[in-house]
Amino acid sequence: MHKGTTFEKLKIASFDFTCCEGCQLQLANRESTLTDFLDLLDIRNFREISSEQHNDYDIALIEGSISRPDEVERLQAIRRQAKTLVAFGTCACFGGVNSLKNRFSLNELAVEVYPGMEVETGLVKKISEVVKVDLSIPGCPVNKEEVERIVVSLVTGSQVTLPKYPVCIECKAQINTCLFDLGEICLGPITRAGCNAVCTTGKTPCLGCRGPAEEINMAAFLELVKERGLSENDLREKLAFYNAFEGLYQP
Amino acid sequence: MKHDFALNIHHLPRVEGHADIKITVRNGKLVDARWAIVETPRFFEIMVKGMSAERVPFLTSRICGICSISHALASIRAIERAMSIEPPAAAEKTRLLAMQGETLQSHALHLFFLVAPDFTGTGSVLPMIHSHPDLVRAGLQLKELGNEISSVTTGRCTHPVSLVVGGVSKAPEKEQLLKLRAMILERKPALDTACSFFQSLAIPDFKRETEFISLFNGSSYPSIGGRLISTDGVNRDENDYLSMTNEYTRDYSTSKFTKLSRESSVAGALARFNNNYLLLHPKAKEMAASFGFQPVCHNPFMNNIAQLVESLHILEDAEELINSLLDMDLRNIKTTYTTKAGSATGAVEAPRGILYHHIETDAAGKVVKANCIIPTTQNNGNIHNDLWAITEQALREGKNDREIEKLCEMLVRSYDPCISCSVH
Repeated sequence: MHKGTTFEKLKIASFDFTCCEGCQLQLANRESTLTDFLDLLDIRNFREISSEQHNDYDIALIEGSISRPDEVERLQAIRRQAKTLVAFGTCACFGGVNSLKNRFSLNELAVEVYPGMEVETGLVKKISEVVKVDLSIPGCPVNKEEVERIVVSLVTGSQVTLPKYPVCIECKAQINTCLFDLGEICLGPITRAGCNAVCTTGKTPCLGCRGPAEEINMAAFLELVKERGLSENDLREKLAFYNAFEGLYQP
Repeated sequence: MKHDFALNIHHLPRVEGHADIKITVRNGKLVDARWAIVETPRFFEIMVKGMSAERVPFLTSRICGICSISHALASIRAIERAMSIEPPAAAEKTRLLAMQGETLQSHALHLFFLVAPDFTGTGSVLPMIHSHPDLVRAGLQLKELGNEISSVTTGRCTHPVSLVVGGVSKAPEKEQLLKLRAMILERKPALDTACSFFQSLAIPDFKRETEFISLFNGSSYPSIGGRLISTDGVNRDENDYLSMTNEYTRDYSTSKFTKLSRESSVAGALARFNNNYLLLHPKAKEMAASFGFQPVCHNPFMNNIAQLVESLHILEDAEELINSLLDMDLRNIKTTYTTKAGSATGAVEAPRGILYHHIETDAAGKVVKANCIIPTTQNNGNIHNDLWAITEQALREGKNDREIEKLCEMLVRSYDPCISCSVH
């Protein structure tokens, strides 16, 4: 894409917190475009793949949520350095599946999993609860194609945008049978697109990892579930799965 | 002897997750060596409580960004065994193929991105794009192939979409399978390139006798389910996972430790190789022979070669799995079931070794209790003990601080630890 144009590589770093590192791993996927993708980047710090670590980056990708005091300090130091701090993936953007822990007492869970040992753990927070976030890229995991597009936008200085419409639109474009018609609750009607409806195309209901689409009609969605006589427990379990619909329904 | 030093590698690079290596030497004598995992715990065993069994694989797959398919399938197997659900044959074959894809992807990531730079003297794979273009191309081809197998069988390469309790929600299309088979044939030469590279390397000469644990079924190289066996002669039922692991904690590590017949043991490619050598594809055995590699091998650095040998086995086995899927009716892929109360263990050979999920459900199909024991957890004790032994050997050989540091880093990397997974 950059033949005949000059550009400056992005001085980028990638850091992970409470997470599975699956989003960072996507950076090394889509192998056929990988060398072109890496040509756009000057990787200054990426512990998972490199022993070379420098702290003169401009862009910091943050994967994971925050659940321990040492993570807060580490994140604040990154914030002081980064010109653009990116919440990278669903855990960073919304807390992600880790937030399911917050339903339990911290003391009880530590005692049950680590009997006889002191383990430090706190309530799970999304990145924006700890530091200012400049850009959010949701997804569990992030969609590498979307990440490539965003990186190109950052290199060329054009505006970064995410689809405003819901997953439903992408799903219908693939001529899938609607999962609601098969008796399943699917969060496709209220979730932000950009994943190419990967789950529903695999005949699995959307669990909303990309968070709410813009201008969703939550009341109509809840009414639809009720009208079809679908399970309220199932609905709550799905809405709570990634903590991405916090505040939009009564848990 | 002048030797007095403290080695403190904070957040070891080129491994998955956060862990430190600490070595203290006084007057040339090793006084402390430790493998300290400092990763933040996520408490998956608690998160899963109260969740519907059908949703569990979607949650537990998030334990790991590299071996999400293994986690989904360990949960699915535990739940299906707990509820006496028999998935259709085509679903079982699809799952086996998915496991092969994931392991190939994981081995390629480890061998080319994480291990190779130790031998080329670069800090990462990035400079190797220019210094070793053929090797990097080969690595990317194999990794992409692994990811493609996972995508065709599970809907995408990380965090599978279509692996569900009862079978699979969507079967691979025959056209995709044909393409995949052609891709495997086309990419076999990439493994020759990798093999030549690893044959040219001086693998560190170190061994410490230990016990190797893996699954065993007697008829095929292990993947999903089977007996739990060890090179010390242990042979138990899959549900006896607790007596195979005997988990304990150490206050400096958020990842637990396990042991069986000795003070520590090993899971992973080398353990599978040592326990299941006879079940490898003949071509994989030939490759092993070209390295003079035979069971039972006690050199942990040979885990890298075991991964390479397994990669060849995977290419051959995946081709056979695709052939049998092409002959099957791919419409019958999911069994309907009624939830019931029960409990069982699901054991699978994740890329890094034997992975156990034990799940207990109530009559409504909600999870009452869960326990996950991760391959890296089962290697922590051995990594720790090897760090002592290798440092002592290096001191005897008169190695300097920097050489010892590099050797310790390489030792840990050879186990391919998956740290956030082990803390879960």
